[in-house]
Amino acid sequence: MVCENCGERPAVIHLTQIVNNSVTTMHLCEPCAAEKGVETGAAAAKFPLGDFLAQLGKGEPAAAGLDVPCPACGATLQDFRQTGRLGCAHCYDTFEGHLRDLLRRLHGSAVHAGERYQAAPSAAGPATAPSAEAEAERRLTALKAELQRAVETENFELAAELRDRIRVME
Amino acid sequence: MMDVSLLPDGGLGWLDASGPLSHIVLSTRIRLARNLADRTFTIRAPETERRGVLEAVDAAWQRTSFARGGVRLLLDELTADDRQLLHERHIVSKELMAAASERAGRSASAVFLGGPVGAMVNEEDHLRLQTLRSGFALNAAYGVLDRLDGELGASLPFAFHEQFGYLTACPTNAGTGLRASVLIHLPGLVLTKEVSKVLQGLSQVGLTFRGLYGEGSEVVGNFFQLSNQTTLGKSEEDLLDHLGKIVRQVVAYEEQARQVLLRDAPTIIEDKVWRAYGLLRYARSLSFDECMNLLSGVRLGVGVKLINEVGLYTLNKLLIFTQAAHLAALEPRAANDPDMTAARAAYVRRVLAEESGAPA
Repeated sequence: MVCENCGERPAVIHLTQIVNNSVTTMHLCEPCAAEKGVETGAAAAKFPLGDFLAQLGKGEPAAAGLDVPCPACGATLQDFRQTGRLGCAHCYDTFEGHLRDLLRRLHGSAVHAGERYQAAPSAAGPATAPSAEAEAERRLTALKAELQRAVETENFELAAELRDRIRVME
Repeated sequence: MMDVSLLPDGGLGWLDASGPLSHIVLSTRIRLARNLADRTFTIRAPETERRGVLEAVDAAWQRTSFARGGVRLLLDELTADDRQLLHERHIVSKELMAAASERAGRSASAVFLGGPVGAMVNEEDHLRLQTLRSGFALNAAYGVLDRLDGELGASLPFAFHEQFGYLTACPTNAGTGLRASVLIHLPGLVLTKEVSKVLQGLSQVGLTFRGLYGEGSEVVGNFFQLSNQTTLGKSEEDLLDHLGKIVRQVVAYEEQARQVLLRDAPTIIEDKVWRAYGLLRYARSLSFDECMNLLSGVRLGVGVKLINEVGLYTLNKLLIFTQAAHLAALEPRAANDPDMTAARAAYVRRVLAEESGAPA
């Protein structure tokens, strides 16, 4: 089935609408659906990143900083804007401010809560395994910092969640 | 043509329909994205660096408990048909296939397979560790993958950030790097027109759905892949737990919908599933989409015990073997039939006839 709107691409979105008791069904491809403001699972999934990339640098005088390269790989925010991919692990430090903001929007949090990588002694010098206590302390500090930022940016939903998590830990 | 019998369990162990809830859940898949510290991500890496990554992974892989009896497939040495075949078996992603054909002969992309796990090298991330299990088996899948992650991490320096966790080329995967997806068959919800409500609800609870082949693929045959949308801010355990809870709920909705259909429209359902079976048994030409939709109908018939002369394993196998590259390998004359419609119908007829014990 081809898209009713452009007649070119295959229709992947089948939208049934009921307006004043009359039922209409539209068969659209993803680009046309997006044009008509129909949010699809796929489009919604891409939305935060696409939106962030489009906004990147806007509102700053002459898109300041978009062409500052990562010292490790040479990638710039401009590259990231085009490809949606970073150049190397150091990009996360180089563009930390932007990325923290993006990660929070994508995931609802910018603080890793999962398994921690234990560097192999041979791979990254003598690793000193942090004690469980130091580890908990470190996580608590990170959570508090995150809470502070959430309050500052008026992200109260996140703030409430963080507050609860901190309470449990304390 | 590559000898696929070399693949551990033919790469098909997950099809055997032995796993939990396999009348509705086909398979469970988990992948972990990992990158090597101090190496440019694949997209910006020159050929020498991609080769360096492959060598480092190779050496580390050989030290893992999965290497024994496993295989290493270098995509640069495979034909496009072989790569397509591996893709159809869910062993090689679309991205890895694209990388191999774009950088013809110089991609240094590879896939390592050992027992139930696989590792794609030089995909969007240096490493994509993955496993595929039969039925609904999130914990079993994660258990084995976590072991591979630990064993590889013992000799490979992974890119890890104190706050952001495991670092990935795309920030949508950062943190745990974990994407778990459950391939689920929802004909009951589609027929009762409840499915859009369920799917809309998913995005509100941080999950997403895709078609049979993951991101960007279409939904055919009422098969949906449900997976976690976010990867950062929650532990692996929480992510899996959450997905598991929702999947169980969706399975319950699907079972309810099937009961409603059997109660309110028994003749229509019975006709629908037998009609699908009849077409598959005797059709002389089948397009891929039609085949998938008919297989979906028969699968529903088997699920609600209206049809018992065909097993789930056979239906699962047909899903994979009726795809273009598999048919080309199985039916030598298929070359004259670019869409494979006749070859597909012939293959399906033969398999179903064997299954029911009748002559083709």
